[in-house]
Amino acid sequence: MAYLKIFRYDPSGGVEPHFKRYELPPEKGMTILEALFWILENKDPSLAFRCSCREAVCGSCAVHINGEYRLACKTQVDPLGEEITIRPLTHLPIFKDLVVDMKPFFEQYEKIKPYLIPKEEPPESREYYQSVKDRKKIDSLVDCILCGACYGSCPIAMGDPDYLGPHALLRALRFVQDSRDGAKTERLAIVATEHGVFRCHTIFNCQKVCPKDLDPTGAIAKLKMKSIGFKIKSMFGLARSAG
Amino acid sequence: MIFHDIIVVGGGLAGLRAAIAAKMNGVDVAVISKLHPVRSHSGAAQGGINAALANNPDGKDDTPERHAYDTIKGSDFLADQEAAFIMTSTAPEIIRQMEHWGCPFSRFEDGSVAQRPFGGAGFPRTCYGADRTGHYLLQTLFEQCVKHQVKIMEEWFVLGLSIDDNRTCRGVVCLDLHTGNLEMVGANAVIFATGGSGRMYGAKTTNALTSTGLGVATAFWAGVPVKDIEFLQFHPTTLFKNNVLMTEGCRGEGGYLINKDGERYMSRYVSEKVMELGPRDIVSRSTQTEIEEGRGVEGKYVYLDLRHLGAQKIMERLPGIREICIDFIGIDPIEKPIPIVPSMHYTMGGIDCDQDGRTEVPGFYAAGECACVSVHGSNRLGGNSLLETIVFGRRSGENASNYVKDKEKKPQETGLKKTLEEVKGQLNAIGGGNGKENPYEIRDEVGDVMVKHFGIFRTESEMKEGLDKLNKLKERFRDIRAFDSGRAWNFDKLWIMELAGNLCLTECIALGALNRTESRGAHSRRDYTKRDDANWLKHTLYRHTPEGPQIGYKEVQLGRFEPEERKY
Repeated sequence: MAYLKIFRYDPSGGVEPHFKRYELPPEKGMTILEALFWILENKDPSLAFRCSCREAVCGSCAVHINGEYRLACKTQVDPLGEEITIRPLTHLPIFKDLVVDMKPFFEQYEKIKPYLIPKEEPPESREYYQSVKDRKKIDSLVDCILCGACYGSCPIAMGDPDYLGPHALLRALRFVQDSRDGAKTERLAIVATEHGVFRCHTIFNCQKVCPKDLDPTGAIAKLKMKSIGFKIKSMFGLARSAG
Repeated sequence: MIFHDIIVVGGGLAGLRAAIAAKMNGVDVAVISKLHPVRSHSGAAQGGINAALANNPDGKDDTPERHAYDTIKGSDFLADQEAAFIMTSTAPEIIRQMEHWGCPFSRFEDGSVAQRPFGGAGFPRTCYGADRTGHYLLQTLFEQCVKHQVKIMEEWFVLGLSIDDNRTCRGVVCLDLHTGNLEMVGANAVIFATGGSGRMYGAKTTNALTSTGLGVATAFWAGVPVKDIEFLQFHPTTLFKNNVLMTEGCRGEGGYLINKDGERYMSRYVSEKVMELGPRDIVSRSTQTEIEEGRGVEGKYVYLDLRHLGAQKIMERLPGIREICIDFIGIDPIEKPIPIVPSMHYTMGGIDCDQDGRTEVPGFYAAGECACVSVHGSNRLGGNSLLETIVFGRRSGENASNYVKDKEKKPQETGLKKTLEEVKGQLNAIGGGNGKENPYEIRDEVGDVMVKHFGIFRTESEMKEGLDKLNKLKERFRDIRAFDSGRAWNFDKLWIMELAGNLCLTECIALGALNRTESRGAHSRRDYTKRDDANWLKHTLYRHTPEGPQIGYKEVQLGRFEPEERKY
């Protein structure tokens, strides 16, 4: 018999933070998301949690499950033992139970200018050509679903609310490495700061928890290299040519 | 009171594209969405988006006309032909624009956007980014929203559409999830881009848990007609275990469909040239027939076999499919075939609108899956839905921008207040009192009825029985138990509202499917096996009345191609 021990907190409804235990039905092969629904529908309609696609592409349901940040929809109940503890993502204000305010997370994302700033005017009646080799340089960097698992797992994000975070930095590299983008210098100037890449202590938590198997730690390492180059160039007034 | 010139409801591809169009026209626009935009189900689209770019060496002779012909033939001639032409001739420009905005499409050796073959298409014209095309397009449009500073009100849940006594749209009434308060939002134009309705079929759908069709129902209740909703697409390849989508791109890349005897059974149903790449209605019927005639594995499913494609191709072109299979069913498609069944995927019908997103109510527009232009007729081709969202999202945004130009920029409170009272009444009616019915049981039973009685094959007796059951469920819904009493983040209340939308649409589907005594596209009847152009080459139009949905008709716009028998 498995139990879910779920973090409950409803600041607007006057419920203090606490954990509540729910016994699950003996059914095999349930996901954590299905278990949360089972509780909502059968035991406690006041339980709040986010979800949408149930196939690990929308990024709604990242929570902390038995010590690790994961997507509830792709995590199986069975291998997790008898008592499974579920908490919301950390470093973000809690709205209710497992629902957190993602605003700070998206504000950091917006800081890196997360949109293509093209090198040149688009060619008329055709696409920008990008070689297969150049397209490979943004492989996996474009697969981030912005679920926040990496951010929750990052101890630096806990200590420094201004830290850009693994999600925004991975996204920054996605544009820096895009052959069509012309704002490399501008973006490096944003990330080459004490709240950017240099704040990362290479702890690898983000890489460990990413439900899409992406490598934000590696992305930050690459950005650090590029940032050092950018810094040296700026010292000699050459940064513009880095674009 | 909050007021914006244009309110877009829904943050998927159609909604974001509409909002960007309005913003670029200098209009004060805001997006209201029950989810953060990047959580929208557009992001789950996998295989690609059609455009006659002729980048593929095998597609050099492709043209928007050929694309339109394939679309219209695929629709079993129920599509409005002018609208289909608009969509296919705008397609190349739309793809280029998305690419110029940074969408990371896969590439051919020459650096152009890669294209793969898809079902029912004469040429390989489906542009793709591996098997994550929807994700890439959605991220790109969200990025443009960040760039253009489009205002987004996320986790606001629209429950009422306000149409005043002059039949003019005045705004929406929403539940702000953060506070639990009902809010009136005034607007001179409202664009609904609320997505699909797959969850009418319970768990037996590829759709997200949030794709319930409440948006369509909300417009319907407000007096806007709904069109062709009896046509539902069953996707041929969804995981046997939980109906997660396995993209048509699997077959586009050369995957086989195989029955329990290891036979590529599609040869029984279409020509050797077409095989697995028939249109979806035909492939789904073929698979269902295999299973019903005892050639399914364990009598329940068939296989989608990718093994012969080899590890490299699977990892390069179908990495998402492999990931889903490993994560959800513990099977690596490089080594083992994937157990699949057809299941509910797409609503061809929706809010009745024209090629500019206009409905019969001035100021109210619709785009994307919740809308019915109609470009898909009775059966949509794979790769055309992403295209529809962006083409008609943009058009509705542009047209709504023109519409609001000379309008007074302030809310018309009387109409909105009336809608607010109606929504309050609706919430009280389903939430108050001491009901005894469990709404989630009703939801599950609705799903079971739809799967059993309104599935891939339909007959009058089965559908009548199904309609009967739906009516009983609707009765039981009146007596459901009270909500969770909390205000903020009351998800219980939301799921029950979604169910109310479900029940409304399922009733329309049941009536319309019974009414249409022919087989056309995805509406396949065992008691009327032929298409009947003499009587049924027409759209079904549903109107809300206190006595229940009233059925009428609307002419199909022909003009380019004469209806002919569909052969593949």
